[in-house]
Amino acid sequence: MARAVTPKRKAINTALAWAVGLLIFFPILWTILTSFKTEAQAINDPPIFLFFDWTLENYAVVQERSNYMRFLWNSVIIAVGSTIIGIIIAVPAAWSMAFVPSRRTKDILLWMLSTKMLPAVGVLYPIYLLFIELGLLDSRAGLVIVLMLINLPIIVWMLYTYFKEIPGEILEAARMDGASLKEEILYVLTPMAIPGIASTVLLNIILAWNEAFWTLNLTAAQAAPLTAFIASYSSPEGLFYAKLSAASTMAIAPILILGWFSQKQLVRGLTFGAVK
Amino acid sequence: MGRITLDKVTKSFGDVEVIPPLDLTIEDGEFTVFVGPSGCGKSTLLRLIAGLEDTTSGHICIDGNDATNVPPAKRGLAMVFQSYALYPHMSVRKNIAFPLRMAKLPQAEIDKRVEAAASVLNLTDYLDRKPGQLSGGQRQRVAIGRAIVREPAAFLFDEPLSNLDAALRVGMRLEISELHKRLETTMIYVTHDQVEAMTMADKIVVLRAGHIEQVGSPLELYKEPRNLFVAGFIGSPRMNLIEGPEAQKYGCHTLGIRPEHIEVSADKGPWSGVVGVSEHLGSDTFFHIQNTGLAETITVRADGEVGFRHGDRVHLTPREDVMHRFGADGLRMA
Repeated sequence: MARAVTPKRKAINTALAWAVGLLIFFPILWTILTSFKTEAQAINDPPIFLFFDWTLENYAVVQERSNYMRFLWNSVIIAVGSTIIGIIIAVPAAWSMAFVPSRRTKDILLWMLSTKMLPAVGVLYPIYLLFIELGLLDSRAGLVIVLMLINLPIIVWMLYTYFKEIPGEILEAARMDGASLKEEILYVLTPMAIPGIASTVLLNIILAWNEAFWTLNLTAAQAAPLTAFIASYSSPEGLFYAKLSAASTMAIAPILILGWFSQKQLVRGLTFGAVK
Repeated sequence: MGRITLDKVTKSFGDVEVIPPLDLTIEDGEFTVFVGPSGCGKSTLLRLIAGLEDTTSGHICIDGNDATNVPPAKRGLAMVFQSYALYPHMSVRKNIAFPLRMAKLPQAEIDKRVEAAASVLNLTDYLDRKPGQLSGGQRQRVAIGRAIVREPAAFLFDEPLSNLDAALRVGMRLEISELHKRLETTMIYVTHDQVEAMTMADKIVVLRAGHIEQVGSPLELYKEPRNLFVAGFIGSPRMNLIEGPEAQKYGCHTLGIRPEHIEVSADKGPWSGVVGVSEHLGSDTFFHIQNTGLAETITVRADGEVGFRHGDRVHLTPREDVMHRFGADGLRMA
């Protein structure tokens, strides 16, 4: 039964949606605003919302003190690299789980997800030792591997749900048409799953971009990405709020822009399979 | 060449035996139809031949070579699926060319064969469209095109017409039959529709619960059904099956008589009853006669001109030369 949507109801819904949206966005907005204040105004009580002396000084200082581009480049390599390797591993894994499931497939999927429930700090020590042993500390390669492994369960799960939606008969048709397993995945499955793969890639780039625990603990100077860049301005002493905000804004800007342009894809990805 | 033999093939899913040991030979160039009610194992049998399911035991030979453990891609068979299973991201041209691309044929040869298949199937104008932009009948033709370009040893059809509307289904039925006449390639066709089976097949395989109930030409099955199941399954409307004293009079446990072999008249005949529902097809009328004391209803086929009404008392005369006699075990009596 269709529910009648009255103009009044629509107005209330719109207002509510905006309110919730603003509430969620407010911390980011506040960070961006603070980045344009002076350090004194940044900690002013009561807080100043819009009427302060707008300044770009914080950005200039941050850029002067640290090499933003190096951090940015590290972030890009770590986020994109870990996602690409993850996808390459996850596509065949998700294929087998979706199309040739065994009796234990469900258990394996759950087990994979359960690794995400483990507090990361619980394995910090062994992984740290492994990194020392393998000479991976403060290397981009090491972070790519760790972040790929950490996000792999999510990549497999997402791809698995997309693949489940693809009719098995089409893959069987490819097999009848003489396609080898590799050709079946490359020419039939992957192109059909492109929307799903795209949103998985986007989500995982965002997750890897924002990952702070491992990037902070396993890097020092060489491989440090933007999360470390932000952290370097978080200090218990001194007036650093405005600079911290400027650094944060610079760190989240690339991913915000990426998210803005791909929001359609992301929404589809996150709600895929929920409604048929 | 496409002679396919199944030797003691079985298939189980877990503990459930879907196909008990089964032997079958399909001759080269033959149009064979697997028919049976849903769940009888006909699609499973086709998928075993295709290689999409592994046999639990037994052997499948294609042209004398053991293909039991050969992957589907290497069996040289082409399949048309019920859902068409076209590649939605490829144009019609690419869909049809796909098996040739997989076979690594030179591009010129691929183009030539795709054009030829498209012209045979009236698809030339649609080659650059995507499957989503085609009607059901056109999609079906693309699926057939994809099957014929690679010149397979045999075609496998898995209920290919069941998603089409009635008019289109009759048209496609004729097209597939014509295709078979022209290509003279082995075709195996699965359907639950006995009309499709009767009209298209050289040979019908009637299946029930994985067992072959009877193999024969359409007319053999119609004239001499081996048992009650085949008698009831082949022929439309169904054969009337009469038990009790009337059957004993003819020396059998169950007496079978087809609706078209009973004459209906107002005043004479050994059986009598009251007209229930009548179905007027124009050319023919099917009367469902009740209160005969023989069976719940007796279906009779009469000329379209015959005009009995609901509630009329009528008399029936069965043609004794075409009666079917079955024993208590359900098998046909000699």
